[in-house]
Amino acid sequence: MTVSKSDPTPDSRPAGPVLAVEGLSVSFLTDGRRATVVRDVSFEVAPGETLAIVGESGSGKSVTSLAVMGLLPPRVSRVEGRIRLMGRDLSSLSQTEMSAIRGRDMAMIFQEPMTSLNPVFTIGRQISESLVRHLGLTRSAARAETVRLLEKVRIPNAAARFDEYPHQFSGGMRQRVMIAMALASKPKLLIADEPTTALDVTIQGQILDLIKQLQEEENMSVLFITHDMGVVAEVADRTMVMYRGDVVETGTTRDVFHHGRHPYTRALLSAVPCLGEMGETTDPERFAVVDMETGERLPAAPVVGTVDRGEPPVLSVRDLVTRFDVRGGVFGRRTGAIHAVEGVSFDLHQGETLALVGESGCGKSTTGRSIMRLVEPVSGSVELDGFDVLDLGGSDLRRMRRSIQMIFQDPFASLNPRMTVGASVAEPFTTHRLGSRAEARDKAADLLERVGLSADMSSRYPHEFSGGQRQRIAIARALALDPKVIVADESVSALDVSIKAQVCNLLMDLQESLKIAFLFISHDMAVVERVSHRVAVMYLGEIVEIGPRAALFGNPQHPYTKKLIAAVPVPDPARRGIRRNLDVEELKSPVRPLGYRPPERRYRTVSPGHVVMEDTL
Amino acid sequence: MTTLDASRGTAKRPSSRAWRKLAANKAALVGLGIVATFAILALLAPLLPIADPIQTSWTAIRKPPTWAHPIGTDELGRDILARMIWGARASLSAGLFSVMLAVSIGVPLGIVSGYLGGWLDIVVSRITEAFLAMPFLITAIALAAFLGPSLINSMIAIALSALPIFIRLTRGQVLAVKAEEYVEGARAIGLGPVAIMARYVFPNVLPPILVQATLTIATAIIAEASLSFLGLGQQPPAASWGSMLNVAKNFLTQAPWMAVWPGGAIFLVVVGFNLLGDGLRDALDPRAA
Repeated sequence: MTVSKSDPTPDSRPAGPVLAVEGLSVSFLTDGRRATVVRDVSFEVAPGETLAIVGESGSGKSVTSLAVMGLLPPRVSRVEGRIRLMGRDLSSLSQTEMSAIRGRDMAMIFQEPMTSLNPVFTIGRQISESLVRHLGLTRSAARAETVRLLEKVRIPNAAARFDEYPHQFSGGMRQRVMIAMALASKPKLLIADEPTTALDVTIQGQILDLIKQLQEEENMSVLFITHDMGVVAEVADRTMVMYRGDVVETGTTRDVFHHGRHPYTRALLSAVPCLGEMGETTDPERFAVVDMETGERLPAAPVVGTVDRGEPPVLSVRDLVTRFDVRGGVFGRRTGAIHAVEGVSFDLHQGETLALVGESGCGKSTTGRSIMRLVEPVSGSVELDGFDVLDLGGSDLRRMRRSIQMIFQDPFASLNPRMTVGASVAEPFTTHRLGSRAEARDKAADLLERVGLSADMSSRYPHEFSGGQRQRIAIARALALDPKVIVADESVSALDVSIKAQVCNLLMDLQESLKIAFLFISHDMAVVERVSHRVAVMYLGEIVEIGPRAALFGNPQHPYTKKLIAAVPVPDPARRGIRRNLDVEELKSPVRPLGYRPPERRYRTVSPGHVVMEDTL
Repeated sequence: MTTLDASRGTAKRPSSRAWRKLAANKAALVGLGIVATFAILALLAPLLPIADPIQTSWTAIRKPPTWAHPIGTDELGRDILARMIWGARASLSAGLFSVMLAVSIGVPLGIVSGYLGGWLDIVVSRITEAFLAMPFLITAIALAAFLGPSLINSMIAIALSALPIFIRLTRGQVLAVKAEEYVEGARAIGLGPVAIMARYVFPNVLPPILVQATLTIATAIIAEASLSFLGLGQQPPAASWGSMLNVAKNFLTQAPWMAVWPGGAIFLVVVGFNLLGDGLRDALDPRAA
């Protein structure tokens, strides 16, 4: 893959901003009270410029963009201040005038490409219909224009895909369709609200490329809303940082990144892991903590001396295979199988973190679930702390679960909403009859303290906690049985950056004090580099490369590993002009026909412990 | 587990929010008021200063309202007010008990069938579908005729007819809850299927079942009235609104009050339960503000 640079500044800048927002305040009416969620926000977007609004959940960044689009529900929200689009005051416009402007002068793309298209109409019809309505084209002209737009967003074989339905498109392709729809009327301003958050990292790279290319071709202004500092560094000319409804800092992206003044900006930046910053070190390293008052950065400590490679591994997986039947037809006969995990082998030592990385559908989560017997593997062997896991039944299986525990991705879904957190944390302890109720209560209180919460929170229910706190509760629950191994399945992916850093630090603290081994399943390469001792890269159900962290990141061998690493956005504004020139492609599917025999794989040892698959897939 | 819940009394249960939302819903409060009024009257029937509901009087046949009989008398000279209040006992208890019976069989069956799946699920689902293909009332009439006419049998018939709805609803909810991470989390800590169904699945499928149960009580009251109207429910001389209507139909022109009161009462109670059910649905729906 080639990386080329182009001039980051657009060549012509006519006078006057495309979008000017002055003193914007938004408040919502909830339970009879007015809550202000955006306070006195002012900014401008020049022609051809990209302004990024960054912030964590609750910062008001999305509300700001919805206010600009005039999409806030009028009955419960109040918008104050002036919003001018190319000199025209939007607040004086009627609903009908406003909807004429939406989609013509400014267009929006959203986070969820899965839900923003109507599933019952073809892609071509959805785009051409708006062309007929807004631009008054004839049917045949609209069809030709639609195909041109689909080609413009680099959808391969556009003419043939005109008559396909949304479900026949992958997530990345759907986001391209959304962008094509947004571009249909050649808007002056494109508002992109987290457009790549739901996408896989290689697909994210392609979409970012596309937005940058289109912006140059059309000389369009972009208002880019995101929480990801890496993405900001890559796309934005200027950056505005929001925190709890206030703008705390605005400036050129370079200035914000290198000379950020506000403590929050610094905290946000130090919480963002930067791929490659770990260099040659072998141990995981905690995230630097920034004092929110002073903005001072406290040094980060590495996690040392937790692994003893002389001991036999605590978890040993050999040739693990898990497949799910695909059934079709009237009688539900087997028509094929999803080869979710195919011949996976690895060892995990006490006190060690092995990261399983890969994109959606690569089988990393299924690997974790198979090891815990939450799904039934087809073949292979799993040896955990003396248990032959795949051979266990009934009560032995339940006893085995004391040695391995799991932390899930979504802290809003992984706790029983109708159980107090104290009961939830104590439950593993009582289930395995490890002590009396009083002891269980003490244990729960102890664990809550341990994960940074207070013991008197145990009588509350999960909905009273924030996402980060809930994830701490989930960690406390996983610790209740003093497990040897914890499978952390995307456990920090759903959290805000600063919370993500804190939870990662907590996991590393626990590893140091309790010598826990983590199987850290993640798609986030930068976080993985920070927390792991060793890394395994998965693709279509197989491990294509495994090795010590420094070796794998410093000297990646497999083409897929290289592609994955290159696709990660790095929070460095110098990369603003970067073009990855990735091929437009989709992730392949692990669905195979009946009777498919997976090929024999050959592996090559690069350096001690660093093994790579010879086949390129 | 409950000891931990109860040890500190300050906990805000997710349900307390639902109660507040219910209390803010005027239509639901009206429904609750109607239902509560009838329930209290029915409960206190033996204590109220009203006439004996089965005491006949040849001197006061089909009399319009008088001081002695505030809403008139029926074809045997019995006090309609007394029969209305005692009839409320039959109607409300028929609604309540038949639905309770249907819930107590249908919900566990739905949970087990949905959670465990496999052949058990297939068998239960097919039988449920077969029952759902028959109209509710027709099934109830057929069952009541088969079991023989009595109030208890009509309740059983109504319960059996309502059963498939609850199995079906519960099973559907279970399939959704089963996919939640906290259920997988419960398996991961080593909980067995029974504990998971009791502690994780049941409490989380309960809200829509509560709503359906409230609405089904209304249907069951109509069904009991219909069965009694056809002579398959409450047997004379005991009163029920349906059997009162059954007799009243013969005297619609001479003594319209005989039909108006039980008919109006059925209407009111059914409206009350429907308002309450709709209110519960809104209150328990986490998406509604």
